[in-house]
Amino acid sequence: MAQVLMKDLNKKYDEVHAVKDVNLHIRDKEFIVLVGPSGCGKTTTLRMLAGLEEITAGEIHIGDRLVNDLPPKDRDIAMVFQNYALYPHMTVYDNMAFGLKMRKFPRAEIEQRVRDAAQLLGIQELLKRKPRQLSGGQRQRVAVGRAIVRHPQVFLFDEPLSNLDAKLRVQMRVELKKLHNRLETTAVYVTHDQVEAMTLGDRVVVMKDGWIQQVGEPLELYAHPVNKFVAGFIGSPAMNFADVTINDTGGVVTAESQGLRLQVPPAKAGALRAYKGQSVAFGVRPEDVHIATGADPAGLTFDAVVEVVEPLGSEILLDVRAGSSTTTIVARVEPTVRSKVKDSIKLAVNPERLHFFDPKTEQAI
Amino acid sequence: MRRRVHAWDVMILVMLAAWAVPYFWQVRTSFTPDTELLATGSVLPSAPTLLHYRAVAEKSVMPRALGNSVGVASLTTLLALALGLPAAYALARLPIPAKNLLLLVVIASTAFPQITTVSPLYLLLRALGLRDTWTALVLANTSFALPLLIWLLAGFIREIPIQLEEAAFLDGAGRLTVLRLVVLPLVAPGVASAALLTFLAAWNEFLFAYTFTATEASRTVPVALALFPGVFEIPWGDIAAASILASLPPVVIVIALQRWLVRGLVAGALKD
Repeated sequence: MAQVLMKDLNKKYDEVHAVKDVNLHIRDKEFIVLVGPSGCGKTTTLRMLAGLEEITAGEIHIGDRLVNDLPPKDRDIAMVFQNYALYPHMTVYDNMAFGLKMRKFPRAEIEQRVRDAAQLLGIQELLKRKPRQLSGGQRQRVAVGRAIVRHPQVFLFDEPLSNLDAKLRVQMRVELKKLHNRLETTAVYVTHDQVEAMTLGDRVVVMKDGWIQQVGEPLELYAHPVNKFVAGFIGSPAMNFADVTINDTGGVVTAESQGLRLQVPPAKAGALRAYKGQSVAFGVRPEDVHIATGADPAGLTFDAVVEVVEPLGSEILLDVRAGSSTTTIVARVEPTVRSKVKDSIKLAVNPERLHFFDPKTEQAI
Repeated sequence: MRRRVHAWDVMILVMLAAWAVPYFWQVRTSFTPDTELLATGSVLPSAPTLLHYRAVAEKSVMPRALGNSVGVASLTTLLALALGLPAAYALARLPIPAKNLLLLVVIASTAFPQITTVSPLYLLLRALGLRDTWTALVLANTSFALPLLIWLLAGFIREIPIQLEEAAFLDGAGRLTVLRLVVLPLVAPGVASAALLTFLAAWNEFLFAYTFTATEASRTVPVALALFPGVFEIPWGDIAAASILASLPPVVIVIALQRWLVRGLVAGALKD
């Protein structure tokens, strides 16, 4: 158990600057998730922490040790690889015991620890098998088992669930979370799947092009994304975006585009007034768009035509076109709504959950 | 479809048989009494005999030559593996500058004609006082076998998923431990086939063996066969028996290693 500190961390390959000025303080016992599209630098950051990649510039501390020049074996960390990387010529038992043997643990303790881990993961029956005799989910458990028997200071996970089928992935996600609650070991988890990031992370680090975009608790990222990238990346279905022009007529600030004319709520009006006459990016999450009722003020509603209906059971996703525009917006509505394709409907937005982004910097306004 | 496959199989068998005819003829000759050797009446000898084998075993240099060959070929294989495996691992995995160029030079050097190296090597070995010794042959054969061996093993090592090594590093193993406990078991089939090729090349090697040896102290089988004594006549039967004996060790080794050669140990390491 230990905290991890990354200071001005950089990684440059010949022509690629893969990780740029990463500063991150991972607290003791925290489960932190690095998430972002492929090529965002998340895996490279993890591999630098593991000692599998050299650090171009900056510092990494594990606990109170500077580990920049320590080889992986001396960092007291364990890693679960995307493809499991089980030793194919060894039994499950030997796979899990390998790290302990390398560290010269007494035989009895190795046996005890492997049995404990196997029991925790429900793989006691598999200890004598070879990896090729296991299913994907079982291999995954063995890979996790190999990591936990060592009681390392930090767990590293490199997209460990991406090779599993959807159902198993959800199941293993829950198990990993339970496991972390029980073991209380600092964990750093890399994934490109924002659902995994949100469900697993105590805090989530969103990365893009080597930069950290935002660090925060899942719901904080969801409710208050600092820029358009984070807003669009976190959440499924993704946030709706539309380019709107800001107008200020007699103190009433509005955001307008073809077929859309929304009154900006007072909380945002002050900041948006500076963009008067300019175009900005407007964003609203699907669940913050609903079928308008009489209670919705006129300034927050708009007319739309239904283009696609996606009934998901617990909810319905309506893909609509706002007015005469080409802007499509997804609304997440109650399963009782009976709209059909080509229906004209009136929708309303939740004024407290509107997002605006600077057109050039894409930072939240 | 099934019939066509069948026809193809038959054709392969016929071709294999055609290729093997000289070998079987040699086998036949080795069991045929001298008086019948030039007769063409029947395919099998009317009175098979072990006389030729007895002559080879008791009166010729063949037993000694077989011993030399086994010794030289085995030592060559061991030395080439001991030197080649670390080199191959380094070329496959370590950050060596101009690695690809180096590998290219390695493979290009296998195209070097052996004959051009014979004279300088002879002078070198004579200067070192190694003429007519096993050491001379082992050194010369090893130097000739290494490029191909390194090239082959580097290829096998590169096929091992690098994550297996990374996992072992994180598990606390150093580079040499990883090489011994993870890489070596996984490239075992590759090592076996590379070792086999090296052994066969050393076993069959003639030019060096002919040039660097002078007596039966170090003469290997190919040289002994070439110099098989015949005074007034060519002892066809004895030569046939000697060559059959010379071909047995490689055949036995190939059969023994066959299981390793075809075994895919890496199955199950990764989700594929």
